[in-house]
Amino acid sequence: MTKQTLFDKVWDMHTVRTLPTGQTQLFIGLHLIHEVTSPQAFQMLAERGLGVLYPNHTLATVDHIVPTAFQHRPFSDMLAETMMRELEKNVKKAGIRFLDLSSGKQGIVHIIGPELGLTQPGMIIACGDSHTSTHGAFGCIAFGIGTSQVRDVLATQCLAVTRPKVRKIVVKGKLHKGVYAKDVILRIIQQLGVYGGIGYAYEYAGPVVETMTMEERMTMCNMSIEGGATVGYINPDQTTFAYMKGREFAPTGEAWDKALTFWKFIASDTDARYDDIIEIDGKQLEPMVTWGINPGQAIGISQKIPTISSFKADDQKTASLTLQHMQFKEGESVLGKKIDVAFIGSCTNSRISDLREAARIVRGKKVASHVKAIVVPGSQAVKKAAEAEGLDAVFKAAGFEWREAGCSMCLGMNSDKLVGNQLCASSSNRNFIGRQGSPTGRTLLMSPAMVAVCAIEGRVADVRAHV
Amino acid sequence: MSKIIQLKGRGIVVRGNDLDTDRIIPARYLKEVAFGNMGQYPFYDERFGADGEKKKHPFNDERFSGASILLVNKNFGCGSSREHAPQALMRWGIKAIVGESFAQIFAGNCTMLGIPTLVASPDEINLLMELVEEHPNHLLEVDVQKNMITVDKHEITATMNASAQNALTEGTWDSASLLLSAKDKIKEVATQLPYFNNFGDGQ
Repeated sequence: MTKQTLFDKVWDMHTVRTLPTGQTQLFIGLHLIHEVTSPQAFQMLAERGLGVLYPNHTLATVDHIVPTAFQHRPFSDMLAETMMRELEKNVKKAGIRFLDLSSGKQGIVHIIGPELGLTQPGMIIACGDSHTSTHGAFGCIAFGIGTSQVRDVLATQCLAVTRPKVRKIVVKGKLHKGVYAKDVILRIIQQLGVYGGIGYAYEYAGPVVETMTMEERMTMCNMSIEGGATVGYINPDQTTFAYMKGREFAPTGEAWDKALTFWKFIASDTDARYDDIIEIDGKQLEPMVTWGINPGQAIGISQKIPTISSFKADDQKTASLTLQHMQFKEGESVLGKKIDVAFIGSCTNSRISDLREAARIVRGKKVASHVKAIVVPGSQAVKKAAEAEGLDAVFKAAGFEWREAGCSMCLGMNSDKLVGNQLCASSSNRNFIGRQGSPTGRTLLMSPAMVAVCAIEGRVADVRAHV
Repeated sequence: MSKIIQLKGRGIVVRGNDLDTDRIIPARYLKEVAFGNMGQYPFYDERFGADGEKKKHPFNDERFSGASILLVNKNFGCGSSREHAPQALMRWGIKAIVGESFAQIFAGNCTMLGIPTLVASPDEINLLMELVEEHPNHLLEVDVQKNMITVDKHEITATMNASAQNALTEGTWDSASLLLSAKDKIKEVATQLPYFNNFGDGQ
């Protein structure tokens, strides 16, 4: 078998049958659930008298609504407490493994899957969260689903889905200092557009991607959905295998050898056929920052906000609405804009390497007095590892708040929210209107290292002066 | 399950490209364990100010009350996978959405709920939007089988994801029972997938 992409091989292996509708009945190897998009699915099952077909292949955690300051039960937010109890009830009844706050393994679902070794190459992974694409970093087909689909996976371990095309995105060259995985993916989204990936799975390749660590690859794949692609993946290689080795749920002994053979087999053939191939030059990239209300509205830090007239006619109205919301002017620079909040966290950038890099920058410095700065580790394990290295002390000494693990200010479902029209330098993934909890709040997406620099300077600054 | 072949209703227009699911339903309204109340929340922050005062928005506009065909522009529903977004629209009264393009997860969620998402060209969408804004009482007819939208004397040809169209018109859009009917084949795949069985490690 040659000329196949990883996508082809993994998809075919998981195909149960072609449905009369033309869709594929696709087998889901690992199902991840959390408190926000699963309770209604369990209700649907109950209404239909359906059970959970493979409870051992669903894993639950709690991330979206958990408070990151005080986690005593019952939560002070009764709505959050109700959601928590509902999840506890559902997983207990169905016999699903639940990594809760007392487990020491709780965290953002896309952080804990990989760190526990549950996420493995060649899997198909589904979760009721669009950033499930993160797991593609391991050479998985991983995508977000809605709640009715969560119901389907629970009941049948399958989904009815349409096969996408595959676009290979080759990142050539080498990144300059101060340019991170976050900048690469923001550049890709900016170039191809927030709808450019609709109907595609993205395969990221090329020297820049191949030399990335697993954590950097996860940042890349995480934001595939922001470019419209539900799936983004990277072929597994020695970096992947080295990361897997010794993880709690990774295979061991004889099973490890078999796994390795399987993982090598599923990688794209060198002569694989793609529906589309795009090249990006890593050497041309500089630190990126968004200026608008979707992740595609991004510029290099030294560039100016585009003029309205530079947009296509049908995008001009959106562009002016964007500037109105952001309180920015066309043609001006984002550099130097005074920020109110700095947020380091989210499933995009809250792993140990993100925290190390940010800590390196803030060490011995102070957060600007007008800035509220918080660090929210992606998982309890990340938090523990960071504390073992003394990163918490570095952040706290600089004036950052050091929080418990969760989604936090990425989407403002707990009490971590912007207030009024605050401007937030954020390592998260979405700058949508209202995303960070305030309808008039404003978000600037950037790498965690950039957020660290902005927190210190109190305004948008270029990380390259600090590395 | 019902077959969705033709839908008739009044239109409502929400203009703008890249209208994300956070705008369709802000995350703070996701803190409920059931979908029952979602009909109150579509476009909440665009419809209501900080003190609950009504803002100018099609979903607040009396002329569009009772409308069931939503007209939108490009990349509608991008962002989060929250089914709460189509649930909110459906429970408000939307039965079909016609636009220039849709984000993939959103469109998939719509299909699961029996809401067709039809795609037409920017010019045709603009024509439909102008007609509806001018004559909000006129009826639109959405023919899911023929991919056709009719209003007054205008007939607009649309496109639709073929499998979504089949699922809707054949009444198999609620897929759980369809998927479960292949239980033996599901087990076969489960047995063959090496990782699903821990690569032979009997833990």
